[in-house]
Amino acid sequence: MKKLTKYSTIAACFGALLLGGCSKDIYDRTANIPALIPQVADGDAGEWKPYLLANNEEFSVATPVAVTNPDYIAQVNEIKAAQADYTSDEAALVKYWSAGAVLRWNEIMRELVSKRNLPPYQNDDGSYPAPSSTNPLAYPIFPFANPPYAARAYAYVAAAQYDALIAAYHYKAIYNRKAPYKVDSTLNVKIPKNDLPSYPSEDAVVAGAAVELLKLLFPADQDYINQRAQEHMQARILSGANVRSDLEAGQALGKAVAQKFATRARGDRAGTAGGNQASWAALENDCLARGEVPWYSFELPKRPPMLPGFGKVRSFLIDSLGVIALRPGPPPAVESEKMKQETLDVYNYIKNPSRERIRIVHFWADGAGTYTPPGHWDAIAADEFIKQDLSEVRWARNMALLNMTLFDAAIVCWDVKYFYYNPRPTQLNPAIKTLTGIPNFPSYISGHSTFSGAAAAVLGHLVPAKAQVFADMAQEASMSRVYGGIHYLADCQTGLEVGKKVGGYAIERAKTDGAE
Amino acid sequence: MFFKYLPACLLAGAILASTCRVEAQTETDAILMNKSQFCSGFLYSHSAWDEYWEGTLKRNNLNLGTVTTQSVLYMATYGITDNLNIMAGAPYVWTHASAGTLHGMKGVQDISANIKWRGVNHAFNQKSKLALYAIGGFSTPLQNYVIDFLPLSIGLGSTTFTGRLMADYKYKRWFTTLWGAYTYRNNVKLDRPDYFDTHNHNSNEVKMPNVSTFQLKAGYRGRYLIAEASLTRMHTIGGFDITRNNMPFPSNQMNASVVGAGVKYTLKQHTNLSFIGNVGYTFNGLRINDHYFLESRNVGKATTFSGGIFYAFYTQKTARAAHKDNMHQQ
Repeated sequence: MKKLTKYSTIAACFGALLLGGCSKDIYDRTANIPALIPQVADGDAGEWKPYLLANNEEFSVATPVAVTNPDYIAQVNEIKAAQADYTSDEAALVKYWSAGAVLRWNEIMRELVSKRNLPPYQNDDGSYPAPSSTNPLAYPIFPFANPPYAARAYAYVAAAQYDALIAAYHYKAIYNRKAPYKVDSTLNVKIPKNDLPSYPSEDAVVAGAAVELLKLLFPADQDYINQRAQEHMQARILSGANVRSDLEAGQALGKAVAQKFATRARGDRAGTAGGNQASWAALENDCLARGEVPWYSFELPKRPPMLPGFGKVRSFLIDSLGVIALRPGPPPAVESEKMKQETLDVYNYIKNPSRERIRIVHFWADGAGTYTPPGHWDAIAADEFIKQDLSEVRWARNMALLNMTLFDAAIVCWDVKYFYYNPRPTQLNPAIKTLTGIPNFPSYISGHSTFSGAAAAVLGHLVPAKAQVFADMAQEASMSRVYGGIHYLADCQTGLEVGKKVGGYAIERAKTDGAE
Repeated sequence: MFFKYLPACLLAGAILASTCRVEAQTETDAILMNKSQFCSGFLYSHSAWDEYWEGTLKRNNLNLGTVTTQSVLYMATYGITDNLNIMAGAPYVWTHASAGTLHGMKGVQDISANIKWRGVNHAFNQKSKLALYAIGGFSTPLQNYVIDFLPLSIGLGSTTFTGRLMADYKYKRWFTTLWGAYTYRNNVKLDRPDYFDTHNHNSNEVKMPNVSTFQLKAGYRGRYLIAEASLTRMHTIGGFDITRNNMPFPSNQMNASVVGAGVKYTLKQHTNLSFIGNVGYTFNGLRINDHYFLESRNVGKATTFSGGIFYAFYTQKTARAAHKDNMHQQ
């Protein structure tokens, strides 16, 4: 009997081992979400206001062939042929893309940002190499997708997708070519049907705009991007939602619109935002001349400050004088009693951090190797928009508004950071050990706070019922930087206030873009 | 990362526990407590590295300097029978980086429990003897400590199950032991909502690759003195490399080759009391014709030492007497 107990205990141990081995699949929030069924079709979106296009007919879309044309019938047959040996992999592809084109391309962008958000390793002489857009695959791979870079990338792609989509809706209304499943009732349809004309395809427009801009923004990942776009278009054929000419017209339109954005991007001053040895020295000297203590890098070897010229990058919504007008007053002087107190406060936060505080720090850290704070707010927004069953074009409009304000937040915040060039808490008290990495740029004002203040304001406008929830999240994101030991309270409070004002610009636009 | 395993060699329950524990009635040695004998004690470990493998690239990191992990382990073993022991232990761990600004972490880590069974104990003759063991192990975090702050996290936070088979051959007082273990590791959860490993996950859950570990050791095992040398190989089955200049991640492929040496000494005058000491050194495998074998990967090039004191006694007088009689008969 004793022996039996012994053996069964041993067997139980190994049994648990084997059983446990069965399931390690992880739950992904959006992997299995249902196909998009918009509550409101937004069929009038062709009249909404674009960001960069002069009007919604700036790029023409050719008249489609009639649905009675043999060429069209051949395209319907292409769908039928593709569906003939419909595999489970193809079904998975259709299901994945049916959740929404804007959502999926935003997720792909978050992935690219996470992958490329790594600071370059130093040279042997202690200097740092800069990624080169002309030689993107050589180390350090272009880009270093840090928060300002990411904010700008998300904004351009979102705005191009939006401009291209409203142009597409404009042509949809004009040409009114029905979806293939409305033309041929025998067609097998794998996704929910709707009444929207299918030429040009909204999915193809979104993909076409993304591919064209991502070529510029993430040149090292072109193969991956093209592969995803190809899968996306394949899913549309397989699902019976579009014939090939719907897709080709959509991709061409998306691409043309994106090229206009790419041209703007080449001239928006982001290319020179990294500065040079002389401009870095000037920042320090100007600060000394003002009688203040300048920021220095906490990385070893000392790394040049991140994108000091980003405050001069051209916003879509705020002109350069507006950026300066948003600049808050100075932080407390380094030698002041107030600053001593603020530094002591930070020290007290990190001395014996509670587990909950560390959780908050890490929840919002969004540092190297992540999609950055703008990506985090995109994820928060996406989770909310999924629940709202928005039309594809309203998804694009909301994402564009959000990412425009995040881009503006980056510009305004970076302007403030390099205007004051204020030291991090650890510089004033080396005993302050941090619960996340110290970002390599000046302290005042907090980037997380500015991003979060702006994003929460815009999301609160788009989803009024959740305004307080977003405001609370922004408050927590802001405080996480104090809990982490990398910001003073003043950086964060002022950052939130400035961010909220930045958000006001996108809200003003939202009120007049024709969608409300 | 590893950072954590090797350094705080006792961490994460069963995995590399072996590499820095000398024969001390643990799950990785061929020693058993007698029936109703109870042994417990403390082991202090100190592990430090200033170089690590980023993938297979050996590098230093001026923003970390030397990363040190220290721990104090309490562990206890009890003999249910002469051939079946149960054991349990848990460490308190604290970490520190000598350079940069990152905050050290501290706290109680994982409790581990093992059941060790000797299925074969065959004497070929007066001098040589072969024993075979099966050991089942379990470990789980005692608290929700931070795992996503490597290399300064105190552990990986995974609940693990380990199956281990061991063979021990003894000739006179010289022995050699070989064991292999397979550790199943449960998924873990991060404090952040999403993460990127080799692609993006809209999830805080991380799939943890399983681990296999092997150890070969040999040495002298007398009544009072045990001295041994060991070679340990930990291999993570799956996982990914740290990307260039990135931080380590809990599900990295952490592989390590460790050489070690240790002694245990039981006082002659007071046989209840024993002392142990051990050293371990992580190295980059063997290089033959530009090919590496047993290559270390995504772990710190750690040097570890540990020392401990253990106290053993019988919970039943009769058992002790019986054992003594038994000893005399031998």
